Amino acid sequence: MSVLVIAEHDNQTVKAAVLHAVTAAVECAGAAGSDVHMLVAGVNCRAAADSAAKIAGIAKVLLVEDAAYDHGLAENWAPLVVKLAQGGYTHVLAAATTFGKNLMPRVAALLDVMQISDISAVVSADTFVRPIYAGNALATVQSKDAIKIITVRGTAFGPAEATGGSGSVETIEGAGAAGLSEFVRAELSKSERPELTSARVIISGGRGMQSGDNFPILEKVADKLGAAVGASRAAVDAGFVPNDYQVGQTGKIVAPELYIAVGISGAIQHLAGMKDSKVIVAINKDEEAPIFQVADYGLVGDLFKVVPELDEELGKVKS
Amino acid sequence: MKALVAVKRVVDYNVKVRVKADHTGVETANVKMSMNPFDEIAVEEALRLREAGTVTEVIVVSAGVQQCQETIRTALAMGADRGVLVQTDVELQPLAVAKLLKGVIDKEQPEIVIIGKQAIDDDCNQTGQMVSALLGWSQATFASKVAIGGDGKAEVTREVDGGLETISLKMPLVVTTDLRLNEPRYASLPNIMKAKKKPIVTMTPDELGVDVAPRLVTLKVEEPPKRGGGVKVGSVAELVDKLKNEARVI
Repeated sequence: MSVLVIAEHDNQTVKAAVLHAVTAAVECAGAAGSDVHMLVAGVNCRAAADSAAKIAGIAKVLLVEDAAYDHGLAENWAPLVVKLAQGGYTHVLAAATTFGKNLMPRVAALLDVMQISDISAVVSADTFVRPIYAGNALATVQSKDAIKIITVRGTAFGPAEATGGSGSVETIEGAGAAGLSEFVRAELSKSERPELTSARVIISGGRGMQSGDNFPILEKVADKLGAAVGASRAAVDAGFVPNDYQVGQTGKIVAPELYIAVGISGAIQHLAGMKDSKVIVAINKDEEAPIFQVADYGLVGDLFKVVPELDEELGKVKS
Repeated sequence: MKALVAVKRVVDYNVKVRVKADHTGVETANVKMSMNPFDEIAVEEALRLREAGTVTEVIVVSAGVQQCQETIRTALAMGADRGVLVQTDVELQPLAVAKLLKGVIDKEQPEIVIIGKQAIDDDCNQTGQMVSALLGWSQATFASKVAIGGDGKAEVTREVDGGLETISLKMPLVVTTDLRLNEPRYASLPNIMKAKKKPIVTMTPDELGVDVAPRLVTLKVEEPPKRGGGVKVGSVAELVDKLKNEARVI
């Protein structure tokens, strides 16, 4: 019996979030001494499968090349994963990304098992820790199901080494398209900056930014720090920035080394997405703002004065 | 076509939850309970589809303890037509809820089922996908725009990690709602009064032939580690100095 990780990829390499899921998978496999396999499916994704085989801890990559798996449609993917799971896997894991969250419950229901969502620790092969109530409580849960279907909170597990492994690649047949859904188009944000979920530094803006036109002042600081730019729900709801900027309970969960919250009051739902950051800086004009309760360094002041000053000061330090 | 909306009774999003002293769960006695915010968005979307003439009737379903009636009543006050409560005192997990919903859906035959993408108590994000799987229907999760065509298909825009994605789906369909789909209305006083007269049917898991026994056993619930208190800095220069020389993160 083995453990299976579902890969997300761009046809060339496996996405960073998946490397964190591999770490969780290796922990699940550990006690029983099982192998960890990875499923790579899509069109023209042989290169991604080859790179997956190099991930430390991956014994075998299952490669499926079929147009049905392009664009990650859950209706097509679920039957494939179900078929594989029934063929001898004790655990099937995916990163808790929008792809994993969309797919895995469909797989779990078809297998008649309860999914364990967004785990933050592996206690044993059947027992896991997961945050509930926006991370205000941690539940330790034990699964009674034969196959464990799991999504993994990336910030809670270190990434597996992307190279150094020597897994094999086996090409297998797909399960065909379900004929229920089709991809139409994507409007993806383009950015030269790092991805939010893997950035070392993040600077986020909230309602206090007042307008999307003011986000460039954060971007200037971000560029000096090699940071990603994020936002609170309030800023996204107000239309300042697109949805993929949102950090929080139901947006992206991040844990960078440095998180700078600018004009963010610090609602529970936002804190849920960033409170595991190593160092938190809060800049807010309201000294009573709850964000200061989790901040390592708080600066009370007008962000429109403070942020340009920060930009200038960082320029001095960096030069 | 009928629309069916599932709603969950949860601890209100403004409540700061406290872990029980015996670590069996979080304190829910004497705590304000409300409809899961994502489910409010689901109710609103169904009402808008009815107002647009696409949907003829909006049925609201909840599963759980008797007090879930109040949550259904809230949806009826927003404008939904009638309610169904699957009543049980057993702790319900998403797979069990999905099976109960399938039971109700088999009876009611809606063509669209709308559910919040995630409940803010267990943060599972599973039920909609599971219902869709059990029915063999198409699924559109994390929806920020729903357009139902006349050709037995719907086009749904989804909030995904990289931005937005639009997919075309065969009806019948399960939609799960994301934050930007709409802004839910408040119930007006006359509508709250009217809602009291709207019918709510109660049934049991047994009547639907569903075994709701939990598959996950909660061994313990704990508080997460607290962050140590921080300091206020007086100037940007001091902040940068501390980040560089004390925290060593820049």
